[in-house]
Amino acid sequence: MPKTDTKQDQAKLSELKEFIAKCKEKPNPQSYLIAVLHKAQELYEYLPRDIMDMVAEQMNVPTAHIWGVATFYHYFNLTPPGKYTIQVCLGTACYVKGAGQIMEAIQDELSIETGGVTDDGLFSLQGARCLGACGLAPIIMVNDKIHGDLTPEKVRKVLKDYRKAEKSKAS
Amino acid sequence: MGKEYVVTLCEGPSCIHKGSRRLRQLLEKKLEKHGIAGKVRTFLSGCLGMCAKGPIMVINPGYVIYGGVTVDDVDEIVEQHLIKDNPVARLTVKESHLYNRFFRVFGDAKFFGKQMRIALRNCGIIDPESIEDYLSLRGYEALAKVLTDMTPEDVIEELKKSGLRGRGGAGFPTGLKWQFTRAAESDEKYVICNADEGDPGAFMDRSAIEGDPHTVIEGMAIGAYAIGANKGYMYIRAEYPLAIERIQKAIDDAKKHGILGDNILGSDFSFDVEIKLGAGAFVCGEETALIHSIEGYRGMPRPRPPYPSVKGLFDKPTLINNVETWANIPVVIIDGGDWFSKVGVGKSNGTKVFAVAGRIVNTGLVEVPMGTTLREIIYDICGGIPGNKKFKAVQTGGPSGGCLPEDFLDTSIDYESLAEVGSIMGSGGMIVIDEDSCMVQMAEFFLEFTQSESCGKCTPCREGTKRMLEILTRISKGKGQDGDIEKLERLGHMIQKASLCGLGQSAPNPVLSTLKNFRDEYKEHIYNSKCRAGQCKAMLSYLITDNCIGCGACLRACPVDAITGNKKEKHLINQDICIKCGKCYEVCKFDAVAKS
Ligand SMILES: Cc1cc2nc3c(=O)[nH]c(=O)nc-3n(C[C@H](O)[C@H](O)[C@H](O)COP(=O)(O)O)c2cc1C
Ligand code: FES
Repeated sequence: MPKTDTKQDQAKLSELKEFIAKCKEKPNPQSYLIAVLHKAQELYEYLPRDIMDMVAEQMNVPTAHIWGVATFYHYFNLTPPGKYTIQVCLGTACYVKGAGQIMEAIQDELSIETGGVTDDGLFSLQGARCLGACGLAPIIMVNDKIHGDLTPEKVRKVLKDYRKAEKSKAS
Repeated sequence: MGKEYVVTLCEGPSCIHKGSRRLRQLLEKKLEKHGIAGKVRTFLSGCLGMCAKGPIMVINPGYVIYGGVTVDDVDEIVEQHLIKDNPVARLTVKESHLYNRFFRVFGDAKFFGKQMRIALRNCGIIDPESIEDYLSLRGYEALAKVLTDMTPEDVIEELKKSGLRGRGGAGFPTGLKWQFTRAAESDEKYVICNADEGDPGAFMDRSAIEGDPHTVIEGMAIGAYAIGANKGYMYIRAEYPLAIERIQKAIDDAKKHGILGDNILGSDFSFDVEIKLGAGAFVCGEETALIHSIEGYRGMPRPRPPYPSVKGLFDKPTLINNVETWANIPVVIIDGGDWFSKVGVGKSNGTKVFAVAGRIVNTGLVEVPMGTTLREIIYDICGGIPGNKKFKAVQTGGPSGGCLPEDFLDTSIDYESLAEVGSIMGSGGMIVIDEDSCMVQMAEFFLEFTQSESCGKCTPCREGTKRMLEILTRISKGKGQDGDIEKLERLGHMIQKASLCGLGQSAPNPVLSTLKNFRDEYKEHIYNSKCRAGQCKAMLSYLITDNCIGCGACLRACPVDAITGNKKEKHLINQDICIKCGKCYEVCKFDAVAKS
């Protein structure tokens, strides 16, 4: 069962349930499954198993089917992301301008692989396809912020700056 | 006192990054301060295509383009230009004198001179969030004309006359597709706009929607009228939040104006558009996979026929076109199929939008008449290769396309000519590659992409691409074997022939085209352990040159202690210990570490 310990949990859950209820009123309700998963991820940042069960029950489809859809599409996270999600653009323009080295530098700096989360839960690392800012290639996106014209050295500094900012916030 | 100016700030991702939104806020504050806020209108536009010179500001009337504007320039622009009518010469983008011509095609600036804007005709000129702006430039006039003066058959006839072909890659004649979908009998039909834009390294469709969302909606409404549909879907990537927001606003505004909904403009035609979000799967750009995705399933393609025009969404006849194709429709209706057919060459009419990126001076969006050559785009419009580097190849068509070397630069851009030389038009990605890139790695890059995006349904694509990738990886790791080239070719041809959908059928293209045009590079990798671009690590060694002043930065950075040397003396890398991580190269401030 999804958590309902806090007011926040309850609000999230009822928002999702309402969304599902609305979708079910429309013609071809099954076709809204991906929209529902988008909504769930927007609320929870990833798709927890218990939420998938809940969606399955509400939409009257087997969890296996939902799992199949969720794993097919890269956009859905099945594990909780870090506080900062780093997306390294691996589109062609960025690749030609050295995205590979940027990725290696980040992996080295954070000691995680693509798809991983740092032990402190601060960063998670993903590869992305063209983020549409090819003029600034190679780029990374940290949550919603784009950092462009990077070199391995610069990207290490970007990460260090986030760490620093986080430390000073904590103290 | 100044004129009633309109200030446009580019809101493409590059310009946002360089501060265009902040500039607008500041500008509005200053306008307020000078008491001219009511006279000057500011808005953020879709990508203007000059990403390299951003942030871009355009001031009308006069079409003065400023580039690289900073917050420190705002005072001067307001006081000189907006108040005293005195443009700030220092900031204008050089060689850009714009003037108003047909469709407001941008003037004789080098960047715009060879361009012709049909699909992007309004991008950067109108406020994409204002339906009034769109209406003022003959927006929805084509829809009105169709609803009052034309039968569905007339519309299809006009489209056939125009010779417009699909801009999503395959180039299927749009008029024919509409005719087939019209002919299919059913109580219910659908139209779909394919805005999945899967090519990694391309952003045409996104910019078209962000810059002028109403055009796409108008095109869809005309299509729906022509085939007899009442419902449309816009399938758009979830990764494009701004485009989604814009298209939603455009739909809402159109509904408010009676342009979407029941009995449009007083006719008996009703039509509505709903947005469906993709979720990051390249194969969902393929039309049958896209339909499955809209239906809420895994986006797996299925064999065709039956084509979507007969059996598509919810098993009903469905018309599916690309964003750019839809954006061309209103122009075909207003200016006529005859006019449209005169633009372009041979069997390719009209224009094509390209997102040019990679090793190029002006990264950005260009729209050119078909028949323009690759050389004109790369050198005349986009300013060539930066840093005195040598051109090596141009890649069109993304993961389904091919790499063309210098000899083919004079190839005309049209569906047939590009196919003839072993590439494809594709949806508009164009990546320029210089001598610093290794073609084996390029092929590996694209194949890695298609391999990981293969949906896994058919064996040739699922297994075949994997085997090809293994061979390519082996070659770039310096472990290539005699016979690998032939094996790649055999596998490639087999996958092309035996795969279920366009993804597999085109996946080997980047490999086969590089094998054809850059075969020597493959041979050097396999037989001489040499990568001429210095990119393949296994074939690389790092050396310290006489530039070294002995600062010790590399020595400290080396994770395996392969570097030795005394302070203020030239250092040395022990090749037996070196793991080629490149850290020394990264940290050296004196250009004293060389790759060879
Ligand atoms: C693997 C694959 C990916 C595709 N991706 C896209 C895409 O991102 N956008 C697009 O418009 N068409 C894409 N297509 C082409 C569509 O299947 C379809 O042909 C197109 O949307 C039809 O519209 P058009 O006739 O206007 O080009 C793709 C095809 C394949 C095989
Ligand atoms: S390829 Fe990286 S932003 Fe386009």
